[in-house]
Amino acid sequence: MRSFGYAEAENAQGLAAALGKGYRIKAGGIDLLDMMKERIDKSERIVSITGMTELRGIKERDGGVAIGALTTLNEIARDETLRKAFPALPDTVCNAATPQVREVATIAGNILQRPRCWFFRQAEYNCLRKSGQACYAVAGDNTYHSIYPMGACHITHPSNIAPALVAVGAQIIASDGKNPKSYDIRDFFLTPEQDLKRENKLPQNEFITEIFLPKMPEKSAYVEVKEKQSFDWPLAACVATYADKKWSIILAHVAPVPLRATLAENVVGEKADIDENLALQAAEAAVKTAQPMAYNGFRVHLAKAVVRRALLKACGKDFHA
Amino acid sequence: MKQTISFTLNGNSVTVESHPMQPLLYALREDADAPGTKYGCGEGECGACTVILNDELVMSCLVPVVQAEGARVETIEGLANADELHAVQQAFLESGGAQCGICTPGMIMAGVHHLRHPERAPGGVPEALEGNLCRCTGYTRIFTAMKRAKEILSAGGTGS
Repeated sequence: MRSFGYAEAENAQGLAAALGKGYRIKAGGIDLLDMMKERIDKSERIVSITGMTELRGIKERDGGVAIGALTTLNEIARDETLRKAFPALPDTVCNAATPQVREVATIAGNILQRPRCWFFRQAEYNCLRKSGQACYAVAGDNTYHSIYPMGACHITHPSNIAPALVAVGAQIIASDGKNPKSYDIRDFFLTPEQDLKRENKLPQNEFITEIFLPKMPEKSAYVEVKEKQSFDWPLAACVATYADKKWSIILAHVAPVPLRATLAENVVGEKADIDENLALQAAEAAVKTAQPMAYNGFRVHLAKAVVRRALLKACGKDFHA
Repeated sequence: MKQTISFTLNGNSVTVESHPMQPLLYALREDADAPGTKYGCGEGECGACTVILNDELVMSCLVPVVQAEGARVETIEGLANADELHAVQQAFLESGGAQCGICTPGMIMAGVHHLRHPERAPGGVPEALEGNLCRCTGYTRIFTAMKRAKEILSAGGTGS
């Protein structure tokens, strides 16, 4: 067993004092413990912030909603305010993973979790993201990899909740232990082209304290397709929201970042009510730039299906067939 | 560096000497003399190590033991009341809900948690048990067992 240091913080001062060189912050720990057991994360020091209760909870503020970084997926799934005002958000997490994981996993951890690429997750494969020479998905089994090329690494972004946050332009509030920082979630995530080793802009010495949703959408819907009903990442998913005469259409689990389907948004324009025909046109536009790999062409069809279904569902329409 | 960690296990105080990031599962099995909770995959995939921690259902392989400091931990060992099995245990026994038995302690803890908090799984038993894999039964008998457990409880059987 590798040895490493461990500290706990119960408040901001305690945390500032506990932070040191080579540390990694632990919240729910679902992803971190897996990464440590696989010997992919070799941090020398773990600082647990599970005791920082002020970072937990959902509050209405300044006309929006503030979600503490340590709020668990189950707390979000069960929250009445979100359920009424922005149903797509709890929908993204109420079927994520399993009840045991949802009780512990936090919103910030979900956003920051590392890719689920099966080559990245095995220490034996020294892939590009781990400073190696090749992306093994190119010649290997790429069933679950990206269908939108964005550089030399072909991960899909694993967060279920991030696409809903991107749709409403959430702010990520972070801290370096002293000063608050703010990131716009719309340019928070990094494509492999922008950075091969990191999936987002959060520097090593900062941690998320809160996710702020400035405004609730007038309409919203989430649709996902999975191979298994339980404990599976979607093959494709889509969040559609409508606010101020504008649609946000965000595709998930098909690209290295939560992907804004700009072409689809242009097709639907300002129209608040979308019919079957327009939804289909938007869905076709959304996959126009897709370039599947050897084994994942079927997911282009699934991506198209989830866009169409999400738009119709957001307009309260039946989306089957 | 080992640390002294105390918690309540099935109503009894327990103190273990352990590295703080040691999974709670090992502390239970090796230090607290409670090997009923099983090791399945060690990475939160299978649910075999499921226990109840402060009334929340968790996988003990993903909970560092230090997080149990001062907590209430419930495991399979704490369910039976002297010679009388808990309703969920009795129902699994009667319905053939267990075969090889590795998933059973975790499965039963998830079942007990579901009967305490049915509102947390609006989809019912399949949703409540979705984090627990069983490679033997095909789940049918487990679902039958959960139905039977509810009957035993409403007839005044042991279980809470």
